[in-house]
Amino acid sequence: MANNETDIKIVAFLCNWCTFTAADLAGTSRLKYAPNIRIVKVMCSSRIEPVFILKVLLDGADGVFIGGCAPGDCHYSKGNFYARRKVALAKTLAKSAGLDSERIRLSWIPASEGPRFAHVVNEFTAHIKELGDNPARREVYI
Amino acid sequence: MRESKPKIGVYVCHCGTNISGKVDVEAVSEYASALPHVAIAKNFKFMCSSPGQQLVIDDIRKNDLNRVVVASCSPRMHEKTFRTACQAAGINPYYFQMACIREHDSWVTEDPEAATQKAKDLVRGSVARVAHHQQLTSRVVDINPNVLVIGGGISGMQAALDIADGGKKVYLVERDPSIGGNMSKFDKTFPTLDCAACISTPKLVAVGQHENIEMMTYSEVADVSGFVGNFTVKIRKKPRYVDADKCTGCGVCTEKCPSKVLSEFDHDLTKRKAIFTPFPQSVPNTPVIDTENCLFFKKGKCRACEKFCEAGAIDFEQKEEIVEINVGSIIIATGFETFDPTPLTQYGFGRYPEVYTSIQFERINNATGPTSGKIVTKDGKKPESVAIIHCVGSRDQNYMKYCSRVCCMYSMKFAHLVREKTGAEVYEFYIDIRSPGKGYEEFYNRLQEEGTHFIRGKVSQITDMVDSPEDEGKLMVVAEDTLARKVRRIPVDMVVLSVGLKPAAGIEDIARMVGISVDSDGWINELHPKLGPLATPSDGIFIAGCCQGPKDIPDSVAQGQGAAGAALSLISRGKLEIEAAVSAIDPERCMGCRQCEEVCVYGAISYHPALNICEVNEAICKGCGNCAATCPNKAIDLKHFNNDELLAEMEGLMFGPADFHHGTDEQAA
Repeated sequence: MANNETDIKIVAFLCNWCTFTAADLAGTSRLKYAPNIRIVKVMCSSRIEPVFILKVLLDGADGVFIGGCAPGDCHYSKGNFYARRKVALAKTLAKSAGLDSERIRLSWIPASEGPRFAHVVNEFTAHIKELGDNPARREVYI
Repeated sequence: MRESKPKIGVYVCHCGTNISGKVDVEAVSEYASALPHVAIAKNFKFMCSSPGQQLVIDDIRKNDLNRVVVASCSPRMHEKTFRTACQAAGINPYYFQMACIREHDSWVTEDPEAATQKAKDLVRGSVARVAHHQQLTSRVVDINPNVLVIGGGISGMQAALDIADGGKKVYLVERDPSIGGNMSKFDKTFPTLDCAACISTPKLVAVGQHENIEMMTYSEVADVSGFVGNFTVKIRKKPRYVDADKCTGCGVCTEKCPSKVLSEFDHDLTKRKAIFTPFPQSVPNTPVIDTENCLFFKKGKCRACEKFCEAGAIDFEQKEEIVEINVGSIIIATGFETFDPTPLTQYGFGRYPEVYTSIQFERINNATGPTSGKIVTKDGKKPESVAIIHCVGSRDQNYMKYCSRVCCMYSMKFAHLVREKTGAEVYEFYIDIRSPGKGYEEFYNRLQEEGTHFIRGKVSQITDMVDSPEDEGKLMVVAEDTLARKVRRIPVDMVVLSVGLKPAAGIEDIARMVGISVDSDGWINELHPKLGPLATPSDGIFIAGCCQGPKDIPDSVAQGQGAAGAALSLISRGKLEIEAAVSAIDPERCMGCRQCEEVCVYGAISYHPALNICEVNEAICKGCGNCAATCPNKAIDLKHFNNDELLAEMEGLMFGPADFHHGTDEQAA
């Protein structure tokens, strides 16, 4: 029941141009952050379907993180705004499925801000730890 | 399309000790060898080295591998390297997936055990994903040999000249009425003290006369579409109200114009007319009418310019024009503007007439400036003492955190000029002197020998409240001298604020149009801070000069030449392979709802009313995947990021092999 710290799993969808690059920069700058995050690269945060987010949660991830470009800086003009809409929808769907929408977070981290990436990951990981493990882990939904 | 049954090779890189110092690479490769479809799993010291790549190639050939996973650095570093290796061994380059266990793992994780676990998870995700990869073929497109240069400052001019000299056509777009940029406002250049006009004017003329350069001054970029090699650019040509073909540049119109307004070029120190050229050496030498201040445009009468123009060049009927051009690459060289010190009220800029910004002081020193190059106060007196205040706006947590790089040097240039022209005492108030560059430190030493007073301290106040009656009319500069450890109050006749550099207004609009980003200070983000200083994440878009950050003239010129080289290299290639990861619509599933068309910002999707389906134009699609995520009927898939691949990766990251749902046929059965 009690969570081992490294047991917490967070799946992150990061856009290639900004947040993924920020994650690379956090690495080259050797910034240490919580080890629970598992990154899936997409070209743009707008590629992420609400279904992806729900599926990851139903599969038992404790948190889902979506990272895109800062407003106005999207490599694809306004993909990040579409992502915001999709994430909002995913949160509503999560709620109605009895999942905690607090486990879903969208953050816009520019490519040049490695420290911010490390900070946001730590902060979100701590938040998820507070929430405890995702009950969906122990229950079969699909 | 049914793909061949996966046979995967997994390679875990040590990266010297960068990865193996934290991650147990042996354990990871051993773990990988037991994953579904994995035929071979190895670890190696440097996967990106020739022997590392050869290892992959040999294994593919010997063991008939058809999928490869390399767990090493970020795909942004070496994805291309390994795709090329796969191709060399005879398998499709898209049958490759990279797991980033360095930037996203070994370098950022404290605990070796957690790092090893993370590496295993990431490898598992990649293995699950690669099993679903499909063969893709890259598109090959022709590269349009024309180049667009945005910004006609020293950097943009140099880029345009180099490309034009190489025999290629250049469109040079400048929003001001003349090319020349900031450099044309300067008098001398540091540290050599050669005259800025003497070295830049010939460049202006060369650009104006070059047969391969089409100058578009008083014009702005309105829209950019297309992709590397094939950009379509819309340029808004503002009306000059003067026919450039008829105008002889005699200047009579300017002389006769009765309307006077503050000159932007002289930074409000002089007045110009409503019909004007910014400075005497302007290229082109055709004036423009500023409609906000022209009496005819304001009140409907005057037309003095028209009356006196013998060439009949004045044309009040001119309209704004949108010109469309096609180019293969774009160089952004939009430069900088200087910081406005008005908000720093303690320095009294705008309140005390003898407080100048550095760019105003450049004009005062310039022979074509307000005082014809003489350093005198507003009431015409030679100053006896001058204070120069460094870091105004720069290195300031409230304004610009960064060092503007050129201010120390130009401040010392000013000190030299003041001493030379007036013999006045010069006080340089500085935080640190920054003089890295060829001959720069020597210039600093020379200034110290010339008797300039260097006071280490940030000025807290400039006031007209003087300490003794004989200083009446002077300005008191108050600063803590941090070396002498006392407060200094120095009366001076003139104050120069060495203002910092900030990105030129409108840079965000240009960046947005070409799909690149600016940093938190507004400068354009280059592709890589060390290895890609002139490129951007958008292929075919290059940058040069101060649009990326403050630079001096030699660096700006070097960057202009570098960007020109990069553009010419692209042109020399002639053809270009474009990433194959674009969207595709399954006509069987499409129901013609057109939501994809609506969300595509590139207009890559078109609707066929007869068939009631949408189609993707692969040449325009940039592969963001927004349409794929939007399609309610799942008719659209983004190649290389399709649902199968992404779902497999997500599940792979989440579960151990026993739990693979999506991963393999066997497990699904």
